[in-house]
Amino acid sequence: MFLGIDIGSSSSKAVLLDKGGAILGREVVNLGTGSGAIDDVIDVLLEKAGVDRGDILYSVVTGYGRIGYEKADTQITEIGCHAKGVYHDFPEARSIIDIGGQDAKVIRLGDGGRVDNFVMNEKCAAGTGRFFEVMARVLNCSLDDLSGLAAEAEYAVAISSTCTVFAESEVISQLSAGASPASVAWGAHKSVAKRIAGLSGRLGLIPEIVMTGGVALNQSMVRAMEEEIETSILVPESPQTVGALGAAVYAKEKYESASRDQSLQ
Amino acid sequence: MEEKKSSKQILNELLAKHYADAKNAKEEGKPVVWSTSIAPQELLETMDVAVVYPENHAAAIGARKDASQFIASAESEGYSYDICSYARVNDGYANILYSEAENMPKPDMLFCCSNICMTVIKWYENIAKKFDIPVIFFDTPYSGSYQVDPSNVKFVEAQLEEAVTMLEGLTGRKFDYDRLKEVMQISNETASWWKKATDLAKNKPSPMNGFDMFNYMAPIVCFRGKESGRELFKIWYEELQERVEKGLGPWNDGTEEKYRVLWDGIACWPYLGVTYKVLKKHGINVVTSMYPESFALLYEQHTLAGMAEAYDSLYVLRNVDYAIDKYLNLSRDFQLDGGIFHSNRSCKGMAFKQFEIQRQMESQLGVPSVIFDGDQTDPSVFSEAQYETRVQALVEMMEARKGARR
Ligand code: SF4
Repeated sequence: MFLGIDIGSSSSKAVLLDKGGAILGREVVNLGTGSGAIDDVIDVLLEKAGVDRGDILYSVVTGYGRIGYEKADTQITEIGCHAKGVYHDFPEARSIIDIGGQDAKVIRLGDGGRVDNFVMNEKCAAGTGRFFEVMARVLNCSLDDLSGLAAEAEYAVAISSTCTVFAESEVISQLSAGASPASVAWGAHKSVAKRIAGLSGRLGLIPEIVMTGGVALNQSMVRAMEEEIETSILVPESPQTVGALGAAVYAKEKYESASRDQSLQ
Repeated sequence: MEEKKSSKQILNELLAKHYADAKNAKEEGKPVVWSTSIAPQELLETMDVAVVYPENHAAAIGARKDASQFIASAESEGYSYDICSYARVNDGYANILYSEAENMPKPDMLFCCSNICMTVIKWYENIAKKFDIPVIFFDTPYSGSYQVDPSNVKFVEAQLEEAVTMLEGLTGRKFDYDRLKEVMQISNETASWWKKATDLAKNKPSPMNGFDMFNYMAPIVCFRGKESGRELFKIWYEELQERVEKGLGPWNDGTEEKYRVLWDGIACWPYLGVTYKVLKKHGINVVTSMYPESFALLYEQHTLAGMAEAYDSLYVLRNVDYAIDKYLNLSRDFQLDGGIFHSNRSCKGMAFKQFEIQRQMESQLGVPSVIFDGDQTDPSVFSEAQYETRVQALVEMMEARKGARR
């Protein structure tokens, strides 16, 4: 069995693969680095799959929490793991847009799912999951409802600030000037999409394009992104666990190449 | 027999003497000058006045993680958070005039050359106002073209002449052109040794740990026109050459140079140790940057015109195409595996070209690179975790490319 662990800034994820590479289970908890939630996630995952910790042949950890986590055999960056995970599900993919809790990245894939190049957002929370959390709070709805609210909009209110703090006050004044919450919600999605499109422009997007990370569950965001880059986007069945899946695939590869080397010696 | 001193020892002694000399000069009533880092120091050296360099001084304060109090002092005076942190540290230092790191005496005159950026103009103007002292300016226009505009060079030459007259007036002494000739000679030789030493990093493995080069940046600024500087860089060159001959890499503890990278931008002084350790952990050695060239001020003609041309030809004064060619040459000559770009909040002039340079290095030569946020002295804008993730992702990319080539 192979275990992939992804400790993000706002959620912890784990994926289990069997010896042949089939997915035995995946788990997500919305608590990130520092919460210790990852151990519970792994326990639940193993229990559901009926697997003992001792059956795990190799494990890989990724995500911002990877550096402080000592129970895995190896750590690999989330960039490498997202590439691996996407390649597992979509071998034809050439680009990844990953919007996580505190960063956004665009990755270009080469042969066999290797990372050809990538760019990440700099400096601030604009264009990340955190931005949507703030927007949901201002609009007085849950994060899950934000996408549905945006889907009701007839037009998008332009939000020009890229800084999350500025955007928050911009949105408040739009609302008090009479803009509908739906049009503001849709405007927030469009504004994130514009920022990510700028980021991807630096890299050059090549289809097929896959979107990963928790924000990919937000259908309005996928639509806004598609409109912005004028290309359709594929979304995996479980976009949040793609990094953990990639980590598990790495675990399998690492284990296999190590045992091959051993038998050759 | 006296044991031969290492260049590192000499460097530390020279820097201690540098600040002590300035202090003594002040106490003896001789003029002390504050100068920008790539200014025509030849004129000051000829006049034998004590010179200290606020940028180096601010870097030393930054490295001691002591910048915050000076930055706070400048900001409380009304200077914006968006201004270069060297300028803010120096302004704060001008208020406080004491630091745990090194100390510069109060200046009697300022010497400012705009060939590194435009920030220095207002920075020095304000310090001049604060202390009510004169400032000698060198306005080196941005050419905006690949080659330097000859009329700009003429303009700078005229300013050098003017500066000589001003220096004579300020010191009450005659300018000695024979001495200038000697100083020019020494300056060129020091710069050549600096260039030759840093060029040794072209060897595989490089005999030099690139973060060590950061340590030699203070002396190339402070002692370029001095015999002691010439001697220091010659010894450094010889030490490195000896390492090359012995086949020694950058580290003495057995760590292997696995990846050769370019470091772009100023070091992150408050996090020097952190930024270095992450690289070393992965066997990454910084083999070059734009600094070797920027400090190698060489002129064939030992005249004011020759000097004017050298000071007006820095890559920051030319267009982006010129910079790109320089980076592509470095990529080839130093056999780079990758690049690490410090998107330095302070230094807009360096940071604005980075995306395009990264793109060209990747598309033309397949050299991958990453960019991280930081600041040269302000400790508040760097995240260790973000840095580490980017460096590690760079390693993964460099490794994949090496694997593909094998
Ligand atoms: S760090 Fe950049 S902005 Fe600051 S003085 Fe130096 S060149 Fe100018």
